[in-house]
Amino acid sequence: MTTVHTFRINGSDVAGTDGQSILAVATENGIDIPTMCHLDGLSDTGSCRLCVVEVAGSSKLTPACTTLVSEGMDVSTTSEQLCGYRRTIIEMLFLERNHICAVCVANNHCDLQNLAEELKLDHFELPVIAPKVGIDASHALFAIDHNRCIMCVRCVRVCDEVEGAHTWDVMGSGIGVRVVTDMGTPWGESTSCTSCGKCVQVCPTGALFEKGRSIGEGSKERRPFLPYLKNQAQEPELT
Amino acid sequence: MSESAPSAPPAPPKRPRRAADGLRPLEGPARASAYVCEAVSCLSAQSHDILLKLGEQVSGAGLKDVEVKRVGCLLLCASGPLVQIPGTGQLFSNVRPDDLDAIVEALADVTPGEQRAPEAPFFSRQRRIATENSGRIDPESLDDYVEKGGFEALRSVLTSMTPAQVREEITRSGLRGRGGAGYPTGLKWNTVAKAVGSPKYVICNADEGDPGAFMDRSVLESDPYRVIEGMAIAAYAVGASEGYVYCRAEYPLAVSRLRKAIHSAGRAGYLGLHILDSKLGFEVDVRLGAGAFVCGEETALIASVQGGRGTPTTRPPYPAVAGLWDQPTLINNVETFANIAPIIRKGGAWFAGIGTSTSKGTKVFALAGRVVNTGLIEVQMGTTLREIVFDIGGGIVDGRAFKAVQTGGPSGGCIPAEFLDMGVDYESLVGVGSFMGSGGMIVMDETSCMVDVARYFMDFCREESCGKCAPCRVGTTQLWILLDRISHGGATLDDLAQMERLGAMVQRTSLCGLGQGAPNPIFSTLRYFRDEYLAHIVDRVCPAGVCAIEPAPVPV
Amino acid sequence: MPSDDKRWRIVETRMRRLGSRPDALIEVLHSAQEAFGFLDDDALRFVSDSLRVPPSKVFGVATFYHHFTLKPHGEHTCVVCTGTACYINGADEILSSIKAGLDVKPRETTADGKLSLLTARCLGACSLAPVATVDGAVEGRVSSSDLVAKLAGL
Repeated sequence: MTTVHTFRINGSDVAGTDGQSILAVATENGIDIPTMCHLDGLSDTGSCRLCVVEVAGSSKLTPACTTLVSEGMDVSTTSEQLCGYRRTIIEMLFLERNHICAVCVANNHCDLQNLAEELKLDHFELPVIAPKVGIDASHALFAIDHNRCIMCVRCVRVCDEVEGAHTWDVMGSGIGVRVVTDMGTPWGESTSCTSCGKCVQVCPTGALFEKGRSIGEGSKERRPFLPYLKNQAQEPELT
Repeated sequence: MSESAPSAPPAPPKRPRRAADGLRPLEGPARASAYVCEAVSCLSAQSHDILLKLGEQVSGAGLKDVEVKRVGCLLLCASGPLVQIPGTGQLFSNVRPDDLDAIVEALADVTPGEQRAPEAPFFSRQRRIATENSGRIDPESLDDYVEKGGFEALRSVLTSMTPAQVREEITRSGLRGRGGAGYPTGLKWNTVAKAVGSPKYVICNADEGDPGAFMDRSVLESDPYRVIEGMAIAAYAVGASEGYVYCRAEYPLAVSRLRKAIHSAGRAGYLGLHILDSKLGFEVDVRLGAGAFVCGEETALIASVQGGRGTPTTRPPYPAVAGLWDQPTLINNVETFANIAPIIRKGGAWFAGIGTSTSKGTKVFALAGRVVNTGLIEVQMGTTLREIVFDIGGGIVDGRAFKAVQTGGPSGGCIPAEFLDMGVDYESLVGVGSFMGSGGMIVMDETSCMVDVARYFMDFCREESCGKCAPCRVGTTQLWILLDRISHGGATLDDLAQMERLGAMVQRTSLCGLGQGAPNPIFSTLRYFRDEYLAHIVDRVCPAGVCAIEPAPVPV
Repeated sequence: MPSDDKRWRIVETRMRRLGSRPDALIEVLHSAQEAFGFLDDDALRFVSDSLRVPPSKVFGVATFYHHFTLKPHGEHTCVVCTGTACYINGADEILSSIKAGLDVKPRETTADGKLSLLTARCLGACSLAPVATVDGAVEGRVSSSDLVAKLAGL
């Protein structure tokens, strides 16, 4: 038996079933909550904190992607403060590494860029961190530019949860975290990688890309066609 | 649990009373004793040599009825090696081999049967519950623990109380979690007991990561059996069958004593199947941390016990409902478990009679920094900071002026002199912008620069951030950059305003307590010492003379 | 096993005791580091194969925790505590004196491979601040000049 919960998002009544997240119900009802680490079809980690929302009665902000709906909850997804926080998070992600869109393979196909536009982030105020981190182009088909990585760990999750290879994981801690293949060894030498390319397709930025693509050519056009991932914009379509 | 008939627990082996390792056994009861502290601080001051030499000298002097015993922490850690004669209450500090004659002489004069506590305010102002056995028993001797009433509480729980009654007693006591946030222990136990799932787990959080805190280390080094007893009672109360102690690898002595204690408690029937002939089966294992502060956070701790990267996960679900291996899991701190046995022995109402209206019982603090008597103290909740710093702590070293006391570790704050007469409990500390934390209490004098203190803690948080969520991973580094800029005299008032905005954002949006608490040292120092920030920014001087202000750029 | 080195046996025994389950990863890394002093590629691969944990996860765990080290230490190790009490009592000055006297920074080893300098977040011996350990032995109330002299004489 499925229990249905009725509750409110931004003042309108909505309904969700037991086990659904606030984000899922909001999306069903056409309410847009910015997300970055979330991707339909992958487990949620609640780590980018972009989707934080206010729930009446709680002083804490809660991520919409991992918070399950409950009867009578009163959720608010937009407020000046929330938008400010989201803008700061995007700003942080830009300043953490090196994101120069004009020379990026994912220019105009980038989730980070889109969100910056959506949230009207037009200049940076916070201190720049941007350490020099490397590029690994040892794989025959793909390459990773750590300078563009925002640690959403979609690649880690898709490799483990969908492909079942677990080639990717996260190394280090704090600001020093990086995604790594195998024993921190070059991607091209990986014995576990199946070269399926799912990691490239789910990457929201220009960090993971197909070799041979130039600036602005790194679209993730195959993402909707990965049958395991349900993309919210386009329903899966097997070709 | 197996269905076979309960086998009688093997009786604890009756060994002759021995003095200490390497020493002759004592024939008959001891007329007088000398306790030699063998916790880490004293051991590092060669207290083991003192123990051996004292034993030789006592034998040499023909004192056949004098016992020389290894004990846990004698509290005044800065003055080790420490030797105490409980018969007279004399405490010998900084003991050198030459001082042993005086100790032997004092031992010869002890009147049998008499016990006196040391009279100095450092000791007399304390109230010992969680550390009652510390410095009184040999931490590696189960017999000694049992002789001092150990495992009585477990026995009475198993023979005459239902699990619900145990939880009720703990709830009545008003005990709150000693790890930091002060969540009511009874409520937590009830949640785990009611949660659906089997098996259930009990985890003792001994990942004492706050810099400047060593209460848990001391409790584990001085009285490991008490923690095990507390865990076993908890297991009975919530219906758990397996337990883990998650301990820092930086505490090798605590780990080895704990392992020994688990082993001998198991052999004596206090752990394992059919504990004390009851239906309770409970096993405990030790899991070592590997130097990650964030693992003190419950969900990160669970990830680490499961062998993974110690990164926290979003809550709910809470560990009480879905914790280790997604099973209901009770996580309490070492000191919380150390309080369980006395509550059961003396009753929840007795415990609730101690302390303040919201915070019951006592709190163990690690008193350190620029104070004369540094060491471990246990005081009633509600004891004022002045009593702690000036009466127990003996005031500031070199007669300097008190500036602030820092509590709560990297999520805490600095409390200035105007609050010295405030009684310390969970609420009062939050009220002044700090936090109870696990109990580190660092006293600062006028030689400390508060901007540098904030920078120090932010550096800590920046390095200890697990890197999972963006606000903490990036925000702590950016806050540190801003603080560094201020401390070098290169910041503007805009930077200060930006730091405050960024701090508020990190506090509100971070995933776990580490990030949410990280800006606290900034806020508390800004609240009480804003003038110091302004001095760095506007006047470009460090009033305490700590920070190296870079020369101003000269316009050409 | 990667080689005939007897120390692998110790690691393997510990693994078996823990049921060779994936969740024993940290415990096993502890015993491997105890046996060899550090975790090299062979050790990580051996643990990965034996516990059936993906290599990237083993590497991720080994690099997450500060306690694990992937590089061998020098002949001697000195750990300077940088906990709050030690900070208040001048741990920074000790580190800068060691840097000045022996030309080695935290997490580095001297050029001659004699000494590795490490820092600890808190050794829990705050009463003795500032604290350092030299080859595991705790030294309380260290003065920077004494410590530098001691380290130079190792």
